[in-house]
Amino acid sequence: MADLNTSDLKQLVLHDLHASLGGKMVPFAGYFMPVQYPAGVMTEHLHTRAAAGLFDVSHMGQVILRPKGDMATLVAAFEALMPVDVASLAEGRQRYGLFTNEQGGILDDLMFANRGDHLFVVVNAACKEADVAHMTAHLSSVATVEHITDRALLALQGPGAETALAAWVPGVAEMRFMDVRVFDTAFGPMWVSRSGYTGEDGFEISVPDGGAADLARTLLATNGVMPIGLGARDSLRLEAGLCLYGHDIDTMTSPVEAGLTWAIQKSRRTGGDRAGGFPGAERILHELNHGPERRRVGLLPQTRAPMREGTQLFDPDGTPLGEVTSGGFGPSVSAPVAMGYVAASHATPGTTLEGEVRGKRMPVIVTPLPFHPTTYKR
Amino acid sequence: MKFTKEHEWMRVEGDLVVVGITEHAATQLGDVVFVELPETETMVAEGDEVCVIESVKAASDILAPLDGEIVEVNTKLVDKPALVNEDPTGEAWFFKMKIDDLSALDDYMDEDEYADFIG
Repeated sequence: MADLNTSDLKQLVLHDLHASLGGKMVPFAGYFMPVQYPAGVMTEHLHTRAAAGLFDVSHMGQVILRPKGDMATLVAAFEALMPVDVASLAEGRQRYGLFTNEQGGILDDLMFANRGDHLFVVVNAACKEADVAHMTAHLSSVATVEHITDRALLALQGPGAETALAAWVPGVAEMRFMDVRVFDTAFGPMWVSRSGYTGEDGFEISVPDGGAADLARTLLATNGVMPIGLGARDSLRLEAGLCLYGHDIDTMTSPVEAGLTWAIQKSRRTGGDRAGGFPGAERILHELNHGPERRRVGLLPQTRAPMREGTQLFDPDGTPLGEVTSGGFGPSVSAPVAMGYVAASHATPGTTLEGEVRGKRMPVIVTPLPFHPTTYKR
Repeated sequence: MKFTKEHEWMRVEGDLVVVGITEHAATQLGDVVFVELPETETMVAEGDEVCVIESVKAASDILAPLDGEIVEVNTKLVDKPALVNEDPTGEAWFFKMKIDDLSALDDYMDEDEYADFIG
């Protein structure tokens, strides 16, 4: 990172707020982002699970797809980009999706919401320009693709999130996991979804740039709400078993290998109403029917030494099996945790493998995900 | 107390040199979650990687600041790595070395020089 030209980095609309809170700013996906605040990663992580954490995720891409004709035509075209059922998504609901390529690899993972007369899509920061180009190339005959660049995105996560946000936007208390609602608020029109990236109950809130600082300060002034940096965001999502694009999933991993089959509804599978018809369908349907050659698994190192990304994994007999794609220390688990890909023959929970840390092979056990139980409000 | 550019401190205790990491280093590392210590009765050369420290963020090494023999290690750190953040220059020493010539320490920064070094 040292040779990165920091003059090309963009500042978040809340940059000054992060600085005033003592945020340690680092380059991430083209932005200066707070990696931690003075409380530190461990405290921030545990606080989010115990009370509530406020995350600035404004670097992520927000896109509106507005049909040029009818919604059904847009929905069908959007479905053709993903192995996911878009048509059955009710108004006011959000779903997890994946853009795939012709080889069945993952171009990006995303959230999309049905907002009645249009779709709202949130994509990863590092992929957003490519995603907008991808959607424009494939959807512009049936929809306008509007990259929203004048709204911040905040995530409020943890058991205290509902109370903190409902004090200002009472309607959010009635929302369930993956509901989306629009509220007129003192901070401007707020686009709220009950979702997140921590395994906790919580909200993601799109708010006009002009109201973002006020909203963030207001929430931070609420009892129990602490600012949380990228460091704890990463350890929280890892404990929740959630994939980080570019690490746990990428163009070389298929959704089936990644264990994201729950995101591929019946309608798009072999025998479904709208089976196939998405990029990479041949491989993805084959893997659904016959099993993939390798699988993403949870990994619990059996010593205190964390197994980080890139740690090579072996059968105890010495056969190479794969590698760790995300790993570190899990503050809530109070032990090292990791995820990685291993040969399907060794992906059964309870299997003991070995990971090579600084030249030494250490035992690690394949473990069901998540490491920490999720608390979504279903 | 003497300091290295790698943010280690050294304190003479009898004929031994006690080694740890500075408060500045501990703060930069963040919460320490794992410490791997060297074996005692090991001969090391200046610059050898002798300890591993893993924080929530990353792994880093402690280098031997001097040639000599590791004679004692602080096993308390294995059970309670967080001591490194709580008391880096006190309870959280890493190892004690026996060296031939204590004057080798003269080459290192004193407290004021180290304070200037970290700015």
